[in-house]
Order: sequence, then C-alpha cells, then structure tokens
Amino acid sequence: MSDPITRPTVGAQRDGVDPAAVEEKPEGVTPSAIGRLGERKRARLDALAQASADKGGVSLIRDAFRRLRRNPVAIFGAAIVALFVLVAIFAPLLAPHDPAQRFDELTKNLTVDSIPGASSDFPLGSDPLGRDFLSRMIYGSRQTLFVGVVATLIGLALGVLIGALSGAFGGWIDNILMRFTDVMLALPALLLAISLVAMASRSSQWTVILAVAIVNVPIFARLLRGSMLAQRESDHVLAARALGVKQHSIVLRHMLPNAMTAVIVQATLTLSTAILEAASLSFLGLGDPDINRAEWGLMLGVDGQRYFEVRPELAYYPAIAIIVVALGFTLLGEGMREAIDPKNRR
Amino acid sequence: MLRVIVRRLLQLVVTLIALSALIFIWLRNLPGGPVEALLGERATPASRALLIKALGYDQPVLVQYAKFMQRVLTGDFGNSIRTGDPVTEVIGRAFPATIELAAVAMIIAVGLGVPLGYLAARHRGRLLDNLSIAGTLLGISIPIFFLGYLLKDVFTQNIHWFPPSGRISTGVDNTDVTGFFVLDGLLTREFDATGDALWHLILPAFTLATIPLAVIVRITRASVLDVLNEDYVRTAEAKGLRHKTIRGRHILRNALLPVVTTIGLQTGALLSGAVLTEKVYNWGGLGTLITDSISGGRDYPVLQALILLAALVFVVVNLLVDLSYAFIDPRVRVR
Amino acid sequence: MSLLDVRDLSVVFQRRGERPFTAVDKVSFSVEPGQTVGLVGESGCGKSVTSLAIMGLLPRRGNKVTGQVMFDGADLLALRPDDMRDRRGRDIGMIFQDPLSSLNPVVPIGTQVAEVLERHRGMDRKAALKEARELLDAVGIPDPNRRLKEYPHQISGGMRQRALIAIALACKPRLLIADEPTTALDVTIQAQILTLLKQLVDETGTALIMITHDLGVVAGLCDTVNVLYGGKVVERAARHELFARPRHPYTHGLLNSVPRLDSPRGERLHAIRGSVADNIPWAEGCAFAPRCDNVVDACLEGTPPLEPTTTGGDLRCNNPVTEEVAVP
Repeated sequence: MSDPITRPTVGAQRDGVDPAAVEEKPEGVTPSAIGRLGERKRARLDALAQASADKGGVSLIRDAFRRLRRNPVAIFGAAIVALFVLVAIFAPLLAPHDPAQRFDELTKNLTVDSIPGASSDFPLGSDPLGRDFLSRMIYGSRQTLFVGVVATLIGLALGVLIGALSGAFGGWIDNILMRFTDVMLALPALLLAISLVAMASRSSQWTVILAVAIVNVPIFARLLRGSMLAQRESDHVLAARALGVKQHSIVLRHMLPNAMTAVIVQATLTLSTAILEAASLSFLGLGDPDINRAEWGLMLGVDGQRYFEVRPELAYYPAIAIIVVALGFTLLGEGMREAIDPKNRR
Repeated sequence: MLRVIVRRLLQLVVTLIALSALIFIWLRNLPGGPVEALLGERATPASRALLIKALGYDQPVLVQYAKFMQRVLTGDFGNSIRTGDPVTEVIGRAFPATIELAAVAMIIAVGLGVPLGYLAARHRGRLLDNLSIAGTLLGISIPIFFLGYLLKDVFTQNIHWFPPSGRISTGVDNTDVTGFFVLDGLLTREFDATGDALWHLILPAFTLATIPLAVIVRITRASVLDVLNEDYVRTAEAKGLRHKTIRGRHILRNALLPVVTTIGLQTGALLSGAVLTEKVYNWGGLGTLITDSISGGRDYPVLQALILLAALVFVVVNLLVDLSYAFIDPRVRVR
Repeated sequence: MSLLDVRDLSVVFQRRGERPFTAVDKVSFSVEPGQTVGLVGESGCGKSVTSLAIMGLLPRRGNKVTGQVMFDGADLLALRPDDMRDRRGRDIGMIFQDPLSSLNPVVPIGTQVAEVLERHRGMDRKAALKEARELLDAVGIPDPNRRLKEYPHQISGGMRQRALIAIALACKPRLLIADEPTTALDVTIQAQILTLLKQLVDETGTALIMITHDLGVVAGLCDTVNVLYGGKVVERAARHELFARPRHPYTHGLLNSVPRLDSPRGERLHAIRGSVADNIPWAEGCAFAPRCDNVVDACLEGTPPLEPTTTGGDLRCNNPVTEEVAVP
C-alpha cells in the first residue's frame, strides 16, 4: 500500500483495520509546534509521545523470545520438557531401587498370568522379570531422552551437512544430493526405518538410533536447503554480495545462521517423532534386545504388548510417559515455529 | 503441462532405479551374504558353491545387476525363503487386505478431518476449536499401536461391539474373487460377508486413520483460517452470497488445495501405520508380511519386493496427487 | 430524505489482553441519492473501517459497532444478519482496493459475476452468464465471451478492477462504496477506472461513496468531501469550497503536499510533519495537535467540537486556516 501523502506505514496491513497501525515508532514532536504551547502542556505532550515510543525497536530474536514467553501453550510444553530432563538427570536420586535388579520377593510371585502389583516397597509393582517398575519408569526417562536426542542430533548433523552443501553450491552437487534425498523420501518413514534395521544382522540400541536418525536426514536436508535458497535472494545476502563479501563467508555468516532457525524448530518436533518411532520399532520386535535396558518405548513395545491382558499398567505407564513427553516437544516446537513466523510479528 | 508430467515421470523412474540399486547392493552385502541367509550358518562348502553358481553370484556385479533388474521388471522376485512360494504370489495374497484397510482409513480421515478442520476454523478460539486442537495433538503424540490395544481392550473386551482381530468371522462363508472382502461380498451377493468384513474393518481402520485424521484436521483448519482472511472472501460477503455458496465455492475450493497435497503425503503414514495396526489386529496384510519376513529369520526376497512395492505406491500416489493439482488449481494449469 | 444517513458511527476494536482501540469515533455523514461523497484521510484514519461497518463486513468478534446507519429508512446495524445479507450486493455494492486478491483465483470471472445475479435476481446460470457478458461489455472489457471463462490471473489489473465494478453494479445498487479503487493500479489505468466509475454513476444514478487518500480522485469525482482524522470527521465541505478554502490545518496540509506544476521554482513541497503515530487521544485534545502548525492551548483541552461553518460545511478546529489556496 503506497500512500503518497504519508510516510509508508509498516504495521498496517489494511487501511485502518489493524489497530497496530497507530502503534508505530513516532517521529517525535517538533520543537517549533511545541514552542507555542504552555510549559505544562508541553510536558504532557512529551509524555504522551514517549509512551508510544517505548513500543518500537525490538530485535527479531528477542522479539521471537518475547512471543514464545507469552505463549502459554509453548510454556506448558517447555515445562514438560524441563521436568522430563530433570527426572532423567536425577534418576538415581529419585528411583527407589536399581532398575536392573531382580527382587526375590517379586520373582517368587511371578507367573505367566500374574505379575505382582503395587506394594509399599514397590509402588508400581513388578515388571515381568521381578524388577521394580517404578524405578524402571524413572530410569526410562534417561534412555528415552538419550535415544531421542542422539537420533535427532545425528539426523540433524547429516541433514544439515547435505542441505548446506546443496544450498551453498547448487548446480550438479545440489542435483545429486537432492536425488539422493528423493530416494530416501520414496519410502514412508517407518518402512525406511524397518528396512534400515533389517540391514543389520542383529538389532541393538544403535541400530534403532541410526535408523531413526537416517529417516530424518532428508527432512532436515530439504528444509535447510529450501531456506538457504530463499536466503540467497534476500536483501541482506544480496547486500553482502554487493559489498564484496566472500562466498564462503556469506554462506557461513549470513545464510546458514538464518536458515538454521527453521531447522532448530524442526529438530524440536523431531524429538517427539523420534521417540515414537523408536517405540514402534520396539513394538515390531526390531528394538534394542538388551533386557536390562529401561527405555519407555522398549517397555511399552515389548512387555506392554506381551502382558497387556495380564497387567495393562505395564503398557499404560510407559505409554502415558511417551505421550506426555512427545506432546511436550510438539508444543514447544510449534510455539517456537509460531514465534519465528514473520506473519505473527506485530 | 505435458512437459511437467514427463519430467516428473522421469524423476520417478530415476528414483525407483536408484532405490532398486540400493536394495541390490544391500542384498549383496548382507552380513554373511544372501547365501548364508538362505542356507543358514551350518551349510557345507559344497552346497554353498552350488547355490552361489545357481544364484549367479559367480558372475560380475554389473551382469548380476542387469539380471536382477531384468527379473524385477518381469515381476520375478524369486521365492520366499520362509514358505518357498513365489514372492509375487505371497505379496498378491496380502496386498488386497492392506489396500482395503488403508482405503477405509483414508475415507475416515478425509471424511471426518475436512469437516472437523473447517468447523474448528470457523469457531476459532471456541470450545470445538480447542477440543479439535487438543485431539489432533494427542493423535500425533500417541503411539498408534498402543491406541490400537486400547481400542481393542475397550470395544472387544469390555463392551463386545467389534471383533478383536482378523478380517472375517470363521463361520462366514465368503468367496474369494478379488481378495477385497468387502468388494467380494458385493460381487457375489453375499452381503452378510460384506457386513462382516466391514464390521472387522472398523476398529483397525480407525486406529490406522488416527495420524492422517489429526494431520488433515490441522491442515484444513490452518488453510481455512488463511482463506478466511483473503480479500475474495470479503468480496463474496460483500456480494451478499449465501453461506453455502461462500463456504463451497469461495472458502473450501481454495482451502482444500493444500489438503490434497497432504492426502498424498499421508499415504506414507498409512503404509507405515499399517505395519503397526496389522500386528495389533492380526490383519493378514502387507504389514504383517513385513513383520514376519523380518522376525522369523530375514526373508530377503519378500522384503526387497515389499520395499520396492511400498516405494512405488507412495511415489505414484504422490505423483498422481501433484498431477491432480493441475486440474484443480487453474493457476497451475496454464504453466 | 437522504439515501444513507450515518449517525454517530463508532467502531471500537477490542482484542483480548490489549487496550481497546477506537478506529471510528462518532462519525456522522449522509449521502443523497445519486450523489458522490468522498471519505478522505491517511492510512489508519478509519475510512475503510467506516465502509466495512456500513456493509456489515467487520469480523463478528473483536469489535464493537455503535451508532446508526440509516439506509432507505432502516438501520442497517440493527438488521438481522440474513436480512443484511440480502441487501449486500443488491442495494449496496462494494469495490475493493486490490483487484487481484479481491477475486477468487480458482473460479472463472464469468461465474464470479453471474453468482450475484443468481443470488439477488433469481436468474439461472445460463441467463446470469448472458447478463454477465453484457456487464463485462458495459465496463469496457474487450472480448467478454472469452473473459467469462478465464481466471483472474489471466487478465490484467485494470480488467480485474473492471470485472469487480461489473460485479458491484450487477444488481444496479442504489449505493456503491469504492474503497481506494485505484490505489493498486498503474497511473494510466487509474484515470481510466475513474472515468469509467464517473460514467457509470452518471448513467445509473447510483450514489457513490469514494474512499481515498488521493485528493486528485476527490477533485474529479466528489460532490461533498468528508475529511477524516484519527477516526473523526475533522472537516466537511462541498468539493469546490474544500479546495478553494480548506479550513482545517490537516486538510490544508493535504492540499499543500500535492506536487503542483504551477508552483514557483525552488518552492519546497509541504509535507505534513510526523505521522498518525504521533496522535494523541481525542479525549486529551485534538488528535492532530502534535503535527499541527496552528496548535494553540485549547487544542490540548478536550476534543474540539464539530461546528457548522458559514459556507455550509462543518469544521472541528480551534484555530482554522484563513488563507486561501488556488484550486489545483
């Protein structure tokens, strides 16, 4: 909207409809006009002008953080994530027992169709091997966090590498790398993960982590490449180029950091899907075979499945834990996405 | 337009060839190799040598790849290690079950998701909207195999509304014509078989529909909200048009464009989800076949065919969706 | 009786967690049958919100509309939504600023014209399309038969605005509201569209509310001009009166900021200082005071009243401009 008789108004989307239009940074009141006013009036006018001036001039990142902090849903997600991480860190202090220890008082009551329930020593009862279920749940946060974070980080690192090479060089490198991601994207996520696990002669925790990581590589790569390409045409990159800044420094200092915000948001969301995918692999019998490992996906997918009819709590507790944590990462991620979305800048 | 189709088709072919090459390399480099996989670890050197010759593994790699591709293109994927049956036959038996399940799930996801997303957008910030947001968030956060067990527990153990597993009741007489039980019942006029098959379909289909449903609700909602802000909707209101016209011609016709793309991508979620859902409900489809082919000693011939098939279905569906775009969106048509 | 009589129209936007914002503040004006009335002001002065309020097109939530909009003896603001829906497009037509975004991108032009006729004149699709062809022809779109089947992206900006005019005038409304109809167009096209509008309102006798920031548009078209500032009418006058003797310092500033070919060499263009962001609330005084060259103490002591002038207009100013300006 060009308005020849006024300075261009930045905030106004449509004439008059947007109340934000009047909240722009003011030019200030010129002395000549005020000079004719009485002292008292002048002070009042200044105060009024100052009040509206305070609203302007917040940097983009700080602005995004401000919006994130104001979003109660994102804060809720962050709180869940924080709680989850704290439990993982302080698991040894919180858990009443060793998660791998089999207790005689539990094993002696263990049969195929009866698993001891809650008692004073074991608040959530026993798992199918006579171990303290509560302690396994608490320690489970550690392994779940580990699987989610490591898988996401590996996927992120590989994806960013591919995406950055593609976006920075373009041409045939871009072409080859993108065809490569095409092949990976030609298989639906879980099927790709299954195929990858099937490649290994036997599963381990690392086959699961790698499979989940690789599934996310093309997503990160495409995302980063896309936002880097968009950056390439942006004003500040063109300006840097016009100033004679070297190519590698444009890529490293200008394009990559800006494009990374979208990738970091995606990584937060991926933490949620990674945990869910790992649980799915466990359910299909392709998970970590280590029976001592306490990880929620494993507990839900293996014991929860097998003993669902005998003791459904074995499925319920890890499932609820997974749902809550997945929800936490999703809410936080979406809050971040909303916060950096230029559409929401006001 | 034609050029776009040709280019996309070429891209598709390249992708599939690359994938088949990867699968070929994968099979060649299995731990212990395919021979080991076929014979087990205790095979005698003589039988091993015989098999290597029989499989053509003594020939140069490129020749082997050419032969591999030749067989793949003629639909010959060899025999299943587990059952000894031809792979095409094994897959052919399981294929209709999965397609039937996935199709009903997709109908549920689109049929519920689009109206729900629209209503949520129109009632933005109200109870219905908040409920749908909460529901979709839960839908993408819940492991669907757990949801499957939960539904199964409630609807087959507590209240006996639906059968717990399988595609058809044992007492029901159904004639196998196409392998699609619902369709077979209709074709042979055995309507009780159709009813029974549908009755068996409901729980698994709802389970499988969870994620696509959640995604479609969200995309529809977001897209309708975007369109509601468009000037042409205001123009339509300024014309005094009826609600029905504004909703159909001006809001939904625009808002559903991104939803169509999503439906294509959700085929992936359906194929992935089918593996999990089929295991929960003992549904004898491709998903069960994949699980069985991995856990009961790896059945590589079946696996490679399944992977290629899944990729083919996924890629082709997405191609069709992209092409259909050209017919729905006039702005794409001219280019 | 006036065709349209807007009395004390106020629109207050209220978003959750934000303080209310008064976009339109007790605006009153009237439009006689066949008359062309201008609503002039900068972005954010409330002129578009006024038009949307008259049409009943403001969002259902987040705002409060008070006052009266008497049209044809009925208060449009008091009508049931469905009754208002019946009137929109039939009794009152509206043209918007951006012709590209105001047309549905996935529906052919013909359908977009025809659907108004189907709705308000009960035509079937075939008759409506035939009439649509005539309408496109009447607004000067060449080869109307072909255009009926084309989509908005396939025709030029000027043609799109012509199509929107055809839609707005399809049911021969008694009032047409044009919200910055030329702002998004090329300068050469602007003149064509204005000429077309003038010709059509002359032919059909439709009354027109012209919303613009462009005094050039006002000069060529309007009988009466309402100048809005900060959501209030600050000056109202007949066109010639306004251009010859602008009394409000804001109007004066607007006229002075238009570049003139006959101005003496080296004379600087007089822009109005600052922007609407400098406004003070009307309750504190005159909203324009911080930008005003004629500001006096009284300007910070409550809202100046809108008072009749000797020349038949209205003025809201404590210290009006007295000098005359030549008509541009």
